[in-house]
Amino acid sequence: MAEVFVARVAEFPDGDRRIVEHGAHNIGVFHWQGQFYAYANMCLHQGGPACEGLIMHKVEDVIGPDKTWLGQKFSDTEVNFVCPWHGYEYDIKTGECVPDRRLRLKSYKVVRRGEEIYVAV
Amino acid sequence: MVDLPLSNDRRMKVEEFDSGKMLAHAARQAKDRGYKNFPIIDIDSHHYELESFDQILEYMTDPVMKQLAQMANSGNSKGVGVMPGGVGYQDMGGRVTRYPLRRIEKGEPGVHRDVSLTRRWMDALGVDIAVLFPSPMLQLGLHPQVEAEVALAWAYNRWLCERVLQEESRIVSMLYLPFNDPEESYKMVKEFAGKKGVAGFMVTSVRYKPVHHNSYMKIYALIEELGVPLAFHAGYNWNENSMTLMNKFISVHALGFVWYNMVHMTNWVLNGIPERFPKLKVIWIESGLAWLPFMIQRLDNEYLMRSSECPGLKKLPGEYITDMFYTSQPMEIPRDMSLLEATFKCIKAETQLLYSSDYPHWDFDLPSTIYDLPFLKEKAKRDILGGTAVKLFKLNINGQKLAKVA
Repeated sequence: MAEVFVARVAEFPDGDRRIVEHGAHNIGVFHWQGQFYAYANMCLHQGGPACEGLIMHKVEDVIGPDKTWLGQKFSDTEVNFVCPWHGYEYDIKTGECVPDRRLRLKSYKVVRRGEEIYVAV
Repeated sequence: MVDLPLSNDRRMKVEEFDSGKMLAHAARQAKDRGYKNFPIIDIDSHHYELESFDQILEYMTDPVMKQLAQMANSGNSKGVGVMPGGVGYQDMGGRVTRYPLRRIEKGEPGVHRDVSLTRRWMDALGVDIAVLFPSPMLQLGLHPQVEAEVALAWAYNRWLCERVLQEESRIVSMLYLPFNDPEESYKMVKEFAGKKGVAGFMVTSVRYKPVHHNSYMKIYALIEELGVPLAFHAGYNWNENSMTLMNKFISVHALGFVWYNMVHMTNWVLNGIPERFPKLKVIWIESGLAWLPFMIQRLDNEYLMRSSECPGLKKLPGEYITDMFYTSQPMEIPRDMSLLEATFKCIKAETQLLYSSDYPHWDFDLPSTIYDLPFLKEKAKRDILGGTAVKLFKLNINGQKLAKVA
């Protein structure tokens, strides 16, 4: 198993992402709230660059105690990255496809060596 | 540079955008699947004509309408006041990034922007020839001033022919007809038939004149005589009474893009138009495929009980439906793929279905949506992706691959 260099931590700010290639592997690496996550940059829909799209908090309905719809808000905790081709949304912490969590992007192990970040392929 | 507003008040600055890079995975698919070995013809793609609105208005002959439109286009709200614009969120809040970033995409120097940007995505997808349509004008049939639809249609078609179709042979169009004015539509067919890149004529489906009205018959006769296709391009209208019941764009889009074509097809078939114009080639664009088994079953079932209302028919409604042509996008991919396979069989897809991307709109389809279908043989894939279109439009490409596929 090879380790592919992604970035120095100091040059990879929280909230950002990097795309790395190694052979046939095209990988998106996210730095989000102190954690690193890595997934295949290949949307399960039509093969778009899923990891290159916007990072958006999940949209949630606000339902009142009487079951009435009160509006919408962005989640405080759940965050998705969105395939820029068609809008498929993936959970940044799991790689699951949000509208159907039976679907999941291939994930890669992220390794931190000192001040450098690598992905294992 | 574009500063995109994101969730929870975050922002993201983007310095540049190149749709060729954004479509790099599509180019990889084209290479892996060997698209260099056969033609791919895209029967429905788009540009954004308001980007060239100043140029288009130069072709407008009505001086008063021209001045009104030029003034409307000179302010901060391009096209507002001229083009009927519906509420809609095609870009999903910018999640489909090519919408907000298109404005910073650069074309090739010395090449018309529409030609440059269109060729860029065509090469990435492996498309050899694309039928190009406008975008906001898909709702022009709702314009309350018939004369405005007519004036804009003339100006747009003249501009398109002279500035775009003349410059690039890989881009063709079925020209917009201002169908709220049958006489002007007839004149338009006469004027543009046979011009370079004019592959047929197109009616936007979002409108409120019935296609079986007698005033249209001479248009159908003329197009039939010319031997080119007539297409009905679907759209949505959130202001439609029934659509105002819905509170989400997904709902209006999912139903709207099928609804108007369902209405027009019902009128078309049950009024016996195919019997009156048996050689007229008709294409139904951008309603997907799932509506067709419904239409065939529904109309056949009722026709067998109420045939006295439809004396113009000599066979079942569904048999006329499967004589016509359909574009593939947005092709519904069901959880149970046997449903899609049955749909293909039902509509005689191997001879009647034409690949379309709808690029750059939000729900575009790559050629792989057809090429990767497990139930199609190689010949059927190639026919749907291009072979059928080559015959239908009498395209003379001599087996050449025009797209730059690696």
